[in-house]
Amino acid sequence: MMEKQYTDVLIIGAGPAGLAAATNLFESGFKITILDEFPHPGGRLLGQFHEESDGSWWIGRQVASELVEMTKQPNISLQCGVSVYGLKQISEGWEVLSSVGTIETKYLLLATGAAEIPVPLEGWTLPGVMSIGAAQVLTNVHMVKPGDRGIIVGVNVLGLAISRELAVAGVDLAGIVLSPNNLFSGENANPVEAINLLMSLSHLAPSAWMRLGGSLAQKMKMGKWVSTFFPRQGMNVWDIPLLLKTTISSIQGKKSVESVVLADVNSSGQIIAGSEREEKVDFVALAGGLYPLAELAAVAGCSFLYLPELGGNIPLHNEQMKTPLSNLYVAGNITGVEGAQVAMAQGKLAARSIGNDAGLLKNGREKIAEAMDEVHQVRKTATIQFHPGIIAARKRVYEMYDSLQKESLTS
Amino acid sequence: MSKLRIVNHPLIKKGEQKRISFTFNGESLEGLEGEPIAAALLAHGIRILRRHEESGSNRGLYCAIGHCMECRVDVQGKGQVRACLTPIVEGMEVVEGKQLENKITGREAP
Repeated sequence: MMEKQYTDVLIIGAGPAGLAAATNLFESGFKITILDEFPHPGGRLLGQFHEESDGSWWIGRQVASELVEMTKQPNISLQCGVSVYGLKQISEGWEVLSSVGTIETKYLLLATGAAEIPVPLEGWTLPGVMSIGAAQVLTNVHMVKPGDRGIIVGVNVLGLAISRELAVAGVDLAGIVLSPNNLFSGENANPVEAINLLMSLSHLAPSAWMRLGGSLAQKMKMGKWVSTFFPRQGMNVWDIPLLLKTTISSIQGKKSVESVVLADVNSSGQIIAGSEREEKVDFVALAGGLYPLAELAAVAGCSFLYLPELGGNIPLHNEQMKTPLSNLYVAGNITGVEGAQVAMAQGKLAARSIGNDAGLLKNGREKIAEAMDEVHQVRKTATIQFHPGIIAARKRVYEMYDSLQKESLTS
Repeated sequence: MSKLRIVNHPLIKKGEQKRISFTFNGESLEGLEGEPIAAALLAHGIRILRRHEESGSNRGLYCAIGHCMECRVDVQGKGQVRACLTPIVEGMEVVEGKQLENKITGREAP
């Protein structure tokens, strides 16, 4: 029987949100414990880098090590390789069940991030098929290429951002193709939808004329036109063939991946008969997008809302990052899928909320308002935006929280 | 050095890691201290980490961060672990996840 641990604030997840929360709380004098299942702290920061609009590179691994450095305080305990599998509300806070035993805490912050949406298709259980995030972790965190030559399946923000990272690391890519057109694919398999999405991301485009073209086309709602004229052989983006009129129909191989079967599609995403061909690859990276990883909030008994703009089911919370359950807070992608910089700002905000609720924050109201403002600013200027409807969807979450709180007060 | 290892990344620099040895299915292999089992094996071109318990079909790493549970292997003294989250240590003995018998259908283990 492992001995029970006691802490004042327990943070689950040592990614951008969790680490930022800890570094903004240690001055309170609280005993802070951060847990993470991965062997190294940093979460998805460890594998991310992108080019900012001024041409400089934002490197997540550097940001992570700066944050980890700041957590080296006598009152912060950072424990990696620890899994959390249960939560129980107790009179004085929360009891957390983990692979290192039970931990009792007064305040609990869930900063568990996001998980990837699977992309099922024929042959996807073969070794060599992986999620796009796995290709990112192998390449940028463990520094082992996912294979000699691969293909990216799925045209979306995550797929494009990671494709570029793989190309920078020297991974050979046959191209980026549409998601398979099957029961599970929805809009992702449609070339017009893919082009509409690309145009909404035109600020990320590698050349000025593409950025201009994208924003013009978006203003004129030209997705269907562009898809008609888009070359069937694709267009190179960062030296990777972007094949917007090509889909994948299956993955082939005896022991592991040896090839994929590709096919041309018409503008509604249907396969053109006779266009199937084999492409030799030894790995396939499936980009299905992200959803908030919120099981622990469900285990805690938190209410949920379904908002596609935020990536799916999210635990109800207010703008101060509080859930309706006492002493339970959320920050980062568990509240909706966005970039790491937003997650860090949310972590800081959650830290101030906890500090204020504990009566330890001077000028609490002002400090919280300031942190909320910072979240807005970071969101507005973020280089990578996952969904155009994020701001409106977040507003709906906060309104729902307020109306439910009012209801419970009057009933 | 394996051809899949990235040695000169233009943006990411990693500190020196000690070379250590471990075994997979009895074969002695070299890896870098602290890297997960799955990465150390992939650097040697090994992708098959498990045979499906029922069908025996090959399985490998899928998510690389412990969510999907596809990469289960057996480590001497530890039991079943996720190959994507478990760091290798000197002398570690790793065995692939095996197809099991099925007592209901009477199918025997291979």
